[in-house]
Formats: sequence, structure tokens, C-alpha cells
Amino acid sequence: MNLAQEFSQPEVQLGGIAPELLLVGVALIILVVDASFGRGDNRWYLAGLSALGLAGAAALAIMTWGDNELQLSNMIAADGLAAFSKVSLAAFGLLTVLLGRDYLARDKIEESEFYALVLFAVAGMMLMTAAADLIVMFLALETFSVSLYVLVAFRRASLASHESAMKYFLLGAFSSAFFLLGIALTYGAIGSTNLYGGADPVAEPGIANFITGTPTDDLSLLIVATGFLVIGLGFKIAAVPFHMWTPDAYQGAPSPITGFMAAGTKFAAFAALLRLFDASLFPLRSEWRPLLIVLAVATMIAGSVLAIVQEDLKRLLAYSSIAHAGFVLTGVIAANDRGVSGALFYLATYGVAVLGAFAVISLVAGRDEERVLLADHRGLFYEHPLLTTALTLFLLSLAGVPVTSGFVGKLVVFGAAVEAGYTWVVVVGVLTSAIAAFFYLKVMATMFLQERDPDAPALPVGRLASGVVAVAAVATIGFGLAWSPLINAAESATIFFQSPQEQSAPIPPGG
Amino acid sequence: MNDLPWLDITIFIPLGGAILLGAVPKDRVGALRTGALIVAVAAFAASLGILAGFEVGEAGFQLGSSLSWISEWGIGYTTGVDGVSLWIIMLTTFLMPLAVLASWSVDKQLKPYFIFLLSLETGMLGVFSALDLFLFYVFWEAVLVPMYFLIGLWGYGRRVYAATKFFLYTLAGSLFLLLAILYLYFAAPGEPTFDYRSLLGTELAFGTQVLLFLGFFASFAVKIPLVPLHTWLPDAHTEAPTAGSVMLAAVLLKMGAYGLIRFGIPLFPDAAQALAPLIITLAVIGIVYGALIAIVQRDIKRLVAYSSVAHLGFVVLGLFVGTIQGMSGGILQMLNHGLSTGALFLLVGVLYDRRHTRLIADFGGLAKSMPVYAGVFLLVALSSLGLPGLNGFVGEFLVLLGTYETYAWWVIPATFGIVLAAIYLLWAYQRVFHGDITNEANRGLSDFNVREYAMILPVVALIVFIGVYPKPFLDRIEPSAQKLVSQLNDSSVLPEGSGVAEAP
Repeated sequence: MNLAQEFSQPEVQLGGIAPELLLVGVALIILVVDASFGRGDNRWYLAGLSALGLAGAAALAIMTWGDNELQLSNMIAADGLAAFSKVSLAAFGLLTVLLGRDYLARDKIEESEFYALVLFAVAGMMLMTAAADLIVMFLALETFSVSLYVLVAFRRASLASHESAMKYFLLGAFSSAFFLLGIALTYGAIGSTNLYGGADPVAEPGIANFITGTPTDDLSLLIVATGFLVIGLGFKIAAVPFHMWTPDAYQGAPSPITGFMAAGTKFAAFAALLRLFDASLFPLRSEWRPLLIVLAVATMIAGSVLAIVQEDLKRLLAYSSIAHAGFVLTGVIAANDRGVSGALFYLATYGVAVLGAFAVISLVAGRDEERVLLADHRGLFYEHPLLTTALTLFLLSLAGVPVTSGFVGKLVVFGAAVEAGYTWVVVVGVLTSAIAAFFYLKVMATMFLQERDPDAPALPVGRLASGVVAVAAVATIGFGLAWSPLINAAESATIFFQSPQEQSAPIPPGG
Repeated sequence: MNDLPWLDITIFIPLGGAILLGAVPKDRVGALRTGALIVAVAAFAASLGILAGFEVGEAGFQLGSSLSWISEWGIGYTTGVDGVSLWIIMLTTFLMPLAVLASWSVDKQLKPYFIFLLSLETGMLGVFSALDLFLFYVFWEAVLVPMYFLIGLWGYGRRVYAATKFFLYTLAGSLFLLLAILYLYFAAPGEPTFDYRSLLGTELAFGTQVLLFLGFFASFAVKIPLVPLHTWLPDAHTEAPTAGSVMLAAVLLKMGAYGLIRFGIPLFPDAAQALAPLIITLAVIGIVYGALIAIVQRDIKRLVAYSSVAHLGFVVLGLFVGTIQGMSGGILQMLNHGLSTGALFLLVGVLYDRRHTRLIADFGGLAKSMPVYAGVFLLVALSSLGLPGLNGFVGEFLVLLGTYETYAWWVIPATFGIVLAAIYLLWAYQRVFHGDITNEANRGLSDFNVREYAMILPVVALIVFIGVYPKPFLDRIEPSAQKLVSQLNDSSVLPEGSGVAEAP
């Protein structure tokens, strides 16, 4: 923890990005340590260092709890949203690292780069959630994206892994270009790329104080720019029609990384979306809401329907993650307090459940991930009752069955949308949840109700990996039973808000 | 003795027992069976505490408790029992030990089987006791998962298909229930709460009421099931293991009717009244249709399953005709159907254990080899078809009496349904038990053994008791029924206090 102190000491202004700095530092240390201390067979210290770094970053993020200000020339927001997101992301990173350790050791591809890249990715995601300037947001986006491109290709011997990384990279670069175009147009519209702007709208312009000081008819260019930003972020949250990469990338990536992408990328991009739409562009909500509603409805329907026909469990969960993006979008659309806290709660619990699910998949898949098809999970219950029970729990949570955290998540985001007057969007959400239940059920039926393939090899189950599964399972059921602590934290995680009219977090718009 | 929260104890004994069973090694078959039986009997014993503490003549909720669960959202653990739920709760705890006894023939994965069966009981008891809409929904869904596994893992034949169909039908319906609950939550003025008693009397525009009622109705109608949402039922009932069929027919189906009585009618009285003719029509169609389809079934279990569609039609008919006789009869009929259909499934299970077939054509002349079995089967069948002196008669007669006052013409097809019930049950009885033994496999069948006597005699005793002396049952039902009817008929004026009565 002396590392943590080292970085919390500098002037207060760095508090907002202290977790990111720490993670980058630890990642560099990992690379140096590994290069200097030879190539032992059991390099547990790499995972250990990473875990320490992530724990330290979470601690630093918790120390900023309650801050509500802009730092570094209005580039960084130190607010509840950022703090909540950073703690969640650190937790995701921790689970990924621990799972990755077992996974890499089993497949004999353990390299220090894995840990360093995960830490870089977490740092990028954290920065994304704190970015109060579009340039910083882009920087953060690229930081974690580039790390993930490499991580997806981490199974070097596997062609599928390479193919996934290539598809992910090409489409990712494409979406980054749209995002950049959006930034350029924003600059053209308001003369700045800042989300908020300073106290003086003329000297320090930003989106928020530009909107409040400008008649609506002068905002057309900004609205067009918003459209391009939505494409860039929509790609990262895997919203239809920007979801094409998701099944391919999820399928070929190492399972721990798939889980990390589903949990972390979605969280970071949604945090940015929440800040952009529910804070900066809040006054323009009547303009962007129709756009996001179309996205949400298309995403929920396409994700749920396409998942039904999948035979590869990783692809199935990829489509399910698309559907979940649609569910979270209903919370963004609501644009009220409950919507923001609901989305954060949803993302945090979804992340844990999906990481747990991919942890089980990575175990069942066996060496080189050869058994990831639905058919490979036949009768799993009779061989590994505990693992199967855990996966069932995660699937029930994803399906939104009560007493799991996923149910509460759906309850809060759907509740927020009902409160904001968008009941018909929730009706779509409810219908697609019912469709989605079918394929989760299909997986459960395969594991419980069919006979085990007698040729299936025995599975080595590492202690770290089973620990990750256990933690995720306990969290999934724990936050499903007693969700007060997490929802309270999410509710106090307000977004920094700075404009003359809107002093506090967004108020319920009332339709 | 009544200081203890018997209701809550009863709800959680099965779940606690299920967790304890988890510690028993899975190859200790005897210990698992005995353990499950002890837990089920303990829950029944605890529920006797509810019966003893229940105050006759009181229309409001009793014996409940109210704890804060997630106070920020106004979610509480609130329970209570009234005349509507009392007998269904008793029925659940009464049937569960018998269902455990009927599970002796389960030969694989005994441990998860009993864990699912017992957690199912907690879910069902919770549904009938919850007075907080959120809690109700949680229990409502919690029933789904164990039942899915009971059918899917330990069922017969096309069990995976049946289990999936059951799960999806119910889930699709209950998601609309969730949506309607959420809408009501936000629409209600004042402090946001899921508490049923606070939400009672929420002023809603008529159109909203109808939509919300339909949201609740979608979920309940699937569960009851009302024609045309019944198609999951024959599959689920037929493929489920005996204990699963018993619980499905006797208790799970009642969840839908109970939901309508407890939530649908009181929360949205205007909508309930406006839609009553439509629902009554569906109910009568169900009575006739279920009976007609039952006649042509070749599988005894499927026959009993379709008879449930008809019987539940009577229940719904009674609930919506808007008379006290109808309402009391409907509630009593829920209990009756649970007893007689539960007993029929138990009996079919006994037969299946011996012969591993359920086709009527495979039997014949069984009365010669299994005389006691045949006698008991006849008694239960007569109770199911409503013979005077047995329990089924009291409920159906009250329902028809109540219907005659307000919807006189509907009595004709409904009565026709009783005649049809006599046809399908007695004809099936004749083919299975009378005549000569045509199939040599049926010759040496043994009659009941001790375990089976213990399983069936309590139900038979109750069937006769209710038929002869229904007063203690009706006495506890009527005050609540009266209140409900006044809510349905007098929907613009809500009764004072809206049924808020604290436990004594």
C-alpha cells in the first residue's frame, strides 16, 4: 500500500486520476519486474502485483468519494459517478486477473503482458468514466481499446483468437473515427471539446454552459455531432446496429477477457454515455431521446432474438450482452436520478454475473477452449454440481429472476423509465426479457436435463478460478437479497453538474 | 402460544429444512427421505399454529408480521393471513408430507429433488402470505425455478419440453405482472411503497385500471389456467413426477386464482367489474371445454389435468359473479379441487409405480386385484365430480347458487360441465377397474402398502369431512368473501380502512 500513498500525496488536483496513475505505474513495474527477474515457471507475483495495484486503485477511488468538482483545467471530473465506476472497474479487473492467472497457467501462455494490458485497460476505462472533455474521453477510449485488441489476440496459437482481434480492431478503428468526427463537429459547434465548461461561458466554453446560454435553433451542429458521438459509444456498449463485432470478438477472445470486455467496456462506455447525455446534454433531452429510444428498442429486440439460435455459449452470451445494453439504455433514456443510479447498479451487478459466467465457461472449455459449444455443457450438473449451480445462478441473474441481482437491476432501470413516462419502452423490455429467458433456460436445460457426454475429459478446476466463481455467485445472490448498500452507493454517485439552472443532479423530467 | 409468528415460521421451515438437507450425503437415501418427511411434517405442525390462532369472523389480515426490508424503496417483508389464504396455506402444508411420501419411487438425484420440493413449499406459502407486492412477486417467481427442475429432471417422457413450456408461459405472464406492479408503485400518491394495504384504494383512471388489471390478469390467467392460456398445463401435469403433479394441481394453480382474489379484484375493482362478463365467459368455456377434452384422453394423468381446467373454471366463475355464495364457493372450491385432484394424482402415481404406464387401455379389471385402491379411487373421483356428501359438491353448489343470482343463463352450461365430469371420470373408472382382467400384467398387482395408506387416508378423511360438515371452513372464509364482494359490487366506494386490520 505504500504505492498508494506515493500517488495520493501530490497536490489535490491529481486526486481525480490517482487510480489511473497508480495502475499505469504498477503495469510498468510488472513489465520491468518480469523482464529483470527471469522466467520462472510459477510467476505468481505478477498476478499478486496486479491484484495489489487494483486494490490500491479502488482504495484511491474510494478516497475521492464525496468529491464533486472538475480538476486539471476542467478535463477530469472527480464526482460520484467516477468514484463508483472506478471501484466497480477495479473489482472487475481483480476478478479478471485472478481468473486469468489460472487460465493462463492451464494453457501455458502466462506472460507478464497479460497483466500489464489488463491494468492498462482498467486505467483507460477508469479515465473514461472521469473524462470531462471529449479529448480525454477519446484518449481513454483508445487506451483501453488498444489494450483489448491485444488481449483478444492473446491466445497466440489460436486462429480464432486472431480473427476476433482483427475484426474487433477494424470495426473498433472505424467507430473511433466516427467518435473523432463527432469531437471535431462539437468543436466546430461550440469552440471547445469540454463537456461542462468553466465558470465563465465565454472564456471557458463547454457543452453544458453552451446549451444553457444558446437559443435552441443554434444547436443543430451540436446535435449532429452528438449523433456521431453516439455511434462511437454505441459501438463500445454494443448497441444495435453497432453490435456486429460483439459475437466475433467474444467468441475468439480468451474467456476471462471476454468476461472482462462484457463487464468493463460496457461499464466504461455507459458511464461516458451517462455523463454526456444525462449531465451535459440533459437540457437537450427531447432531441436525443428519440435517437436513444430507437437504439434501445432495436438493441433489446435484436440481442434477444439473435441469441436464441446460437450454439456457441460465448456467442450466446455475446448476444445476451447486446440485449443487456438495451436494458441499460432504458435507464439512460429515463434521464432521472433513478435512471442513473439504476444504470450504475445494473452495470455493476451485470458485470459481476457475466464475469462469473465466463469464469465457468473458461473452466468447462478446458485446454485451448475446445469445448465452448452448448452441446459440450450437456449433463454438466452430474459432473460439477457446484460449478453448474453457480452458472445457473448467473444465468438466472441475467434472465432477471428474483432473488438475484439481475432482477433488481431490471427493476430499477425499468422502474426509472416507467417513472419518466416511457412505459411503452419498458413493455418492449419486458417482452424481450421473456424471449431472453428462453435461451438462458436452454442452457440450463442442457446442463441439467441432458446426459453427460461420456467422452468429455475431466476438468481441472483451479483454486483461484473457483474462488472467482464463488465470489461472483455470492455477490449475485447477495445483491439480489440485500441490495440497499449497493443501490445507496449508486444513488449517492451523482454526476457532476454545473450550469446556472441545474445545480444538482438531473431532476425527474416528468415526461 | 400465539405470541410466536406461526405464519412466518411455517413459511421458512421448508427452506431451512432444504438447506439442512443439503448437508446430508447424497447416497444416504433413507436419511434424505426421513429428513424431508420430518421437515414437511414440521411445517404442517407449525401451520396448525396458524389455524389455532386464526380469529373466526374477522375479515382483515391476521397473524402477520411486518419488517422493513429495503426501506428506501418502501419494500417490506409484510405477511398476513385472512379467510382467503388460510385454507390454501393449510392445504399446502397438509399436502406436502403426502407429496414427500409419494416420492419414495424417485430413484435418481434424491437430494436435489427434496431440496427443490421443500423450497417450492416455501415459495408457495410465501405467495399466499405476502402482503407486499414486491415480496409477492419474489415468491411468485421463486416458485418457478424449483418447479421447472422438478418437471425437467424427474419428470417422464417429454419432460424437457414440458418444463420449458411451463417456465416460459409463466414467466411471460409474470413479467407483465411486474410491469403493472411497477406502474402502480409510481402511480400511487404519497410515500412510495409496495405495501398492499397502502396501495389499496389508489385512485386510478378507469383506462389505467383496466390496463393494470390486464397486466395482473395476464400472469394469473396463465397460472389458473384460463382457456386459451391453458396449453402448458396438460404437458406439465402429465410429465411431472407425482409429487410435482400434486403440487402443481393442488397448489400452484391456486396461485392464479388467489392472485385475482387478493390483488386483481381489490386493487382494480372498477376494471374487475367491467371485465367480469368477459372473464366469466372464459371460465364457462373452460368448464365445458376442459370436460369435453378430458373425455377423450387416453392417459389417466392427462385426463385429470384437463379436469383441472374445468374445475378451475368453476373457481373463477364463483369469484367474478359478484355474490357472496359465489365468492365463498369459489374459495372453498380451491381447497376442494386441491384435495380431490391432489388425491387423484397421488392415486395415479401409485398405479404408475406398479405398472409404469398410465394409459387407460393398459388396465381393466383392476378392482379384482386392488380392491381397496379401487374403492378409494371411486370415492375421490366422486368427490371430484361433485357428489353430494363429499367436498366437491359444497363448493360447486355454492358457485352455481351464486351464479344463478346474477348470471342465471350461465348456470346452464356450467351445470352441463358437472354432467360431463361424471361422464369422463366414471367412464375412465369403468375402463380401468371394471370388467375382466385383460392384461396379465395387472393380475398380481398389490394393493396399498402402509406408506401409501398413510399418504392417501388423510386426504380421504378430509374429503368426507368437508362434504359432511363444511361449516368450520366456510365460517373462516365468509367474512373475507363478504368484504371482497362488497369491493367488487361497490367499486366506486372503497370500504373504510380497505381491510387494514392489524394482527391481534
